[in-house]
Amino acid sequence: MAKVLIPTPLRQYAGKQDSVELNGGTVGEVLSSLTGQYAELRRHLYNDEGKLRSFVNVYLNDEDIRYLGRDATPVKEGDTISIVPSIAGGRFHAG
Amino acid sequence: MPVETQAPPVTLSKEEILRYSRHLIMPEVGMEGQLKLKRASVLLVGAGGLGAPLGLYLAAAGIGRIGLVDFDVVDFTNLQRQVIHGTKDVGRKKLDSAAESMLDINPNVVIDRHEVALTSENALDIIRNYDFVVDGTDNFPTRYLINDACVLLKKPNVYGSIFRFDGQATILAHEGGPCYRCLYPEPPPPGLVPSCAEGGVLGILPGAIGIIQATETVKLILGVGEPLVGRLLLYDALAMRFREFKLHKDPECPICGEHPTIKELIDYHQFCGVPAHEPEPAPGLKEGEIDPTEVRAKIDRGDRFVLIDVREPHEYQICNIPFAKLIPLGELPARVNELNSADEIVAHCKSGMRSAKAVEFLKQAGFRKVKNMKGGILLWSDKVDPSVPKY
Repeated sequence: MAKVLIPTPLRQYAGKQDSVELNGGTVGEVLSSLTGQYAELRRHLYNDEGKLRSFVNVYLNDEDIRYLGRDATPVKEGDTISIVPSIAGGRFHAG
Repeated sequence: MPVETQAPPVTLSKEEILRYSRHLIMPEVGMEGQLKLKRASVLLVGAGGLGAPLGLYLAAAGIGRIGLVDFDVVDFTNLQRQVIHGTKDVGRKKLDSAAESMLDINPNVVIDRHEVALTSENALDIIRNYDFVVDGTDNFPTRYLINDACVLLKKPNVYGSIFRFDGQATILAHEGGPCYRCLYPEPPPPGLVPSCAEGGVLGILPGAIGIIQATETVKLILGVGEPLVGRLLLYDALAMRFREFKLHKDPECPICGEHPTIKELIDYHQFCGVPAHEPEPAPGLKEGEIDPTEVRAKIDRGDRFVLIDVREPHEYQICNIPFAKLIPLGELPARVNELNSADEIVAHCKSGMRSAKAVEFLKQAGFRKVKNMKGGILLWSDKVDPSVPKY
């Protein structure tokens, strides 16, 4: 089981939870199990080509998966996966 | 005899020695460090939430020259977090209000007022004159602009950002270290950033992040400790937890990588897909809109129609039109059966954006007689019922 930490802006698409425990052998498998559970999250994490969006970083423990094996990065029992989107402040939040 | 062109050496007056005594008695700062602070110049972009603690503490610390960039005016909604401004300052330029507070704390500081929006045209000329840049802005175009200008000019950029209860901080473009594009190559498209329904910020949060930026700025100037370079610091105020992630310089970064493709400043509004200026609301009504005064008239006449409020329940608690039925935009698809497509329906929200989406949704669901109340409850407060508070 790995723990996925959901950032505040995306919690509304993940049943308002701040973390979810999920199974999976790689980061990609864990995240796909997450988006399987919360379908709306998918378009916030991945673009139409299925690539992780360029304003969302995913870290395995404290390392950016872009510098590990990206989606193929192996996940061990007890690892933490953090989703960290870019935040800018208050502007351009159309209302 | 050669002409003496060097500036006289920087020294501390008797008053300054007393003022900075708690710095001077620490070996990590001492007289040498305090003089470094006095010789330093820092450009602070934004005199808002992050800029407030930054301005106050950087002035108090004795930075010699601080440039402020801001073109905004103090507003009542700023006072919940922008502690550099007071109630008496509402309506004043943030530059003047901030400079006044900073000079009150420390009249030895020189403050340069840049009453402009930082743009691709002026950024290099402004930033060039400072040793360090602190990013206290609130939008993506300016953040990418500051990043690129700092990379091109080789100026360290002390970065901080906030959203609701979460904050981020790091030092970018420091001695060839990673830049903002290494962290996030591209901004989110405007459609994916949370709307004002999910926006907001805990007033204390920019205080915490601004203080981290101020601490890192002072450490950079003093050359002490371990700077927040190559590390992204995350702060979660709700959990009261700090986390730290590795931040790498991307060899393929388009501006600071091995083969840069960006060699000058670009159009950052286009890059971020947002208009340079908020579009002015068009005078008159657009197709499918109804004016708040007409909605009032319909209520008074006893016309048969349904008014729905598509804001969130916590917004409804702030203020509401009693006649309106609350169906938050996110719940509308699941609750559409509560509405009758034979009825005339008017939707409203805070300012008219979400209710436009609700109208769009209802039309696609087969509703024909739906209208969007122009300007939302804000315009209702202006034109119909001034007792309704604005937020």
